[in-house]
Amino acid sequence: MSRILKYRELLLFGIICVLIAAFSYRAPGFSSPRSLANIFNDTSILMILALGQMAVILTRSIDLSVAANLSFTGMAVAMLNAAYPGIPLPLLICAALAIGAALGAINGLMVWKIGIPAIVATLGTLTIYRGMAFVLSGGAWVNQTQMTPAFLNTPRMPVLGLPLLGWTAILVIAVIAIVLRRTVFGRSLYAAGGNPTAALYAGVDVGRTTFFAFMLSGALAGLCGYLWVSRYAVAYVDIAAGFELDTVAACVIGGISTLGGIGSVGGAVLGALFLGVIKNALPVINISPFWQMAISGLVIIIAVLFNARQERRKGRLILRETAKRRPPRIEVPVEGAAA
Amino acid sequence: MSVVQALTQNSAPLLEMRGISRSFPGVKALDGVDVALYPGTVTALIGENGAGKSTLVKILTGIYQPDGGQIVVEGEPVQFTSAEAAIRSGITAIHQETVLFDELSVAENIFLGHAPRNRWGLVNWAAMNARAAALLTSIDAPISPYSRLKDLSIAQRHLVAIARALSVEARVVIMDEPTAALSYKEVEDLFRIIERLKRQGKAILFISHKFEEVYAIAERFVVFRDGRSIGAGLLAQTSQDEIVRMMVGRSVDHVFPKAAVTIGETVLKVSGYSHPTEFDGISFALRRGEILGLYGLVGAGRSEFCQSLFGITRPSTGRLELEGRSIEIRSPSDAIRAGIVYVPEERGRHGAVLQMPIFQNFSMATLGRTTRAGFLRQAEEFALARRYAERLDLRAAALSVPVGTLSGGNQQKVVIGKWLATRPKVIILDEPTKGIDIGSKAAVHAFMSELAGEGLSVIMVSSELPEILGMSDRVMVMREGRVAGIWNREGLDAETLVRAATGNE
Repeated sequence: MSRILKYRELLLFGIICVLIAAFSYRAPGFSSPRSLANIFNDTSILMILALGQMAVILTRSIDLSVAANLSFTGMAVAMLNAAYPGIPLPLLICAALAIGAALGAINGLMVWKIGIPAIVATLGTLTIYRGMAFVLSGGAWVNQTQMTPAFLNTPRMPVLGLPLLGWTAILVIAVIAIVLRRTVFGRSLYAAGGNPTAALYAGVDVGRTTFFAFMLSGALAGLCGYLWVSRYAVAYVDIAAGFELDTVAACVIGGISTLGGIGSVGGAVLGALFLGVIKNALPVINISPFWQMAISGLVIIIAVLFNARQERRKGRLILRETAKRRPPRIEVPVEGAAA
Repeated sequence: MSVVQALTQNSAPLLEMRGISRSFPGVKALDGVDVALYPGTVTALIGENGAGKSTLVKILTGIYQPDGGQIVVEGEPVQFTSAEAAIRSGITAIHQETVLFDELSVAENIFLGHAPRNRWGLVNWAAMNARAAALLTSIDAPISPYSRLKDLSIAQRHLVAIARALSVEARVVIMDEPTAALSYKEVEDLFRIIERLKRQGKAILFISHKFEEVYAIAERFVVFRDGRSIGAGLLAQTSQDEIVRMMVGRSVDHVFPKAAVTIGETVLKVSGYSHPTEFDGISFALRRGEILGLYGLVGAGRSEFCQSLFGITRPSTGRLELEGRSIEIRSPSDAIRAGIVYVPEERGRHGAVLQMPIFQNFSMATLGRTTRAGFLRQAEEFALARRYAERLDLRAAALSVPVGTLSGGNQQKVVIGKWLATRPKVIILDEPTKGIDIGSKAAVHAFMSELAGEGLSVIMVSSELPEILGMSDRVMVMREGRVAGIWNREGLDAETLVRAATGNE
């Protein structure tokens, strides 16, 4: 979007490279192409979810239900596959996208039509969707033996050294990049989050845009439901528990403003990769998983501080311009009314 | 001044402001004003929007510091360096829209920030509730101090606000348009309270647009115009006409000449536009190349009506015809497609998406035109942006930098360019020159003439009489949501408009 953002993405990319270099100093082989492909593949699901989350965050909302959506949809397609092994895989993937999109649409409708704050609406559906997964499965697992080989193995099939799972992520990144940069919907996301009032006056339907962002996030979560189940070869109610926070973290680290309107595909992908590198590297150099969590948390706070400082600096600049331009308004200013 | 001098001999003013000035970058909001407030007396402060009334209130309540002049309380010069300092001197204000807290009790609202404490430094609830009850009784307000504020009516909230103002040992009470949200009956109740405050010897500054009320409750008046105190005296010795004349001044003609434009056929016809709460029965016709000035007091329903033309609010009844065809507008995108655009008042806040590049702001209202098969075409977006950047003489390093990096004037150009890019037939400008300096005003006015010359029809909402009189071909005045009259520019004077807007005919 702007030079600052490009600079920030380069910075994040640089940090990731330095991390990889540092880790491979302690653990040779960490930076081998195979290992790197492995990290990318391992982070694929997080990247896809982070892109959906980013679309939602751009509109000043948040989707806390992505992991629950993933769990329900994953369970649903796994059970479908177990019950009707004859259903071809592409149809199952379409079903995953559709179920996920429907769950996302429920979030979107609550935010758009009823006006429930996104954080509350999706906090509710987070619990509901998990509950639905439980009701659907009766708490039972769907095991490797119940699922068809095609269902389980397709995402793991390597093409040019990278499993199809990784290629799926690349495809999603490309599609989302085009949607955000080259379609009216993508532009509307930035406009609706950047200045909802200006967007409204320019004929952008802010509510509908938010709705479609939720639907997009839901569809991607549904896709990830299938990917997750096939990757770990098991479906149960608690898969990906707490993963929604990782998607938000990836966005925040990637410089997507929680105030809406600022962010890029590159940022979200790099934010997810950053978390992926840390997660894969720390066990290699024998650091306990609890440290992993602490380090991830620290990085998130640093990233937020970094973002807040950037935004504040920008705010000051505008105010200075404003002060030069015109007197303070005579009436009592209404602070934050644009929010 | 002789009247004031004569009066000051009767009783000494409780509070005097002498030669108070206050500038903001580019504007002198107050230029050496004199105001005197007397104990047991209501002084009405009268003036157009932007005359400096609110700035004066803010100086009196310590929110702004004056650049020059002196404030004297009972003969002692004082300086209000903070809102607290003003309160300590016994000056308190009741604002137009009082800030109260819905979830707190009445007593808590009254004493928020200065609650009585017990010896442990904790809130002394018993004392607070008792004092709140006493205060409410003193203004005849039958409200329990224990009620939640959210359960009260607007009028009752107002009484709480008054009690809050009086809870600080007030000697000077400022009421900034206190009747704006009140019904006739509630205004009467308010007046009874004011009478009571008068008897207690408090000095009251009463700000209102409504002459009827001013004459009913106030003894004295001060008229402000363009940041100056133009006249002061006793209302009993001054007619409404004289006050109107002081408000508008005389030399308002030909400050903002609109270029002569041939007025064409009717473009937009509005019939019986009504809204359940904001406006009622608005009808008029707008012709090609015409500028229709829309004048009225703040809260007369002008912006609300214009927003309904643009699809932001929906009218309950009424018909709209554009170029002879009946149209219905349900959303801003409907309006833009039909050729009606609305440039909002606060262009900084409502106009541009500051973090977006310039070219994307230019194309924001016309995305349909720069799209092929659902995909945006950046080359066309840039071409469109270049065209309007050139036409509006936009100064920017590149069209790909965020609008937030531009100067204020250039941001405005982007916002206006965005609307011109939609090739509208009717453009609604809401307070197009509010808060901008004289030079930029002239540029905006020249630009409006140019638009009219190209055959656009313009609706200009403005609260500035010189602008209305200078720029409009016709003027429509709204009062309390209704059309108070439509006049041609020829022979129209400011006093007619002020009378129509204030209901003093």
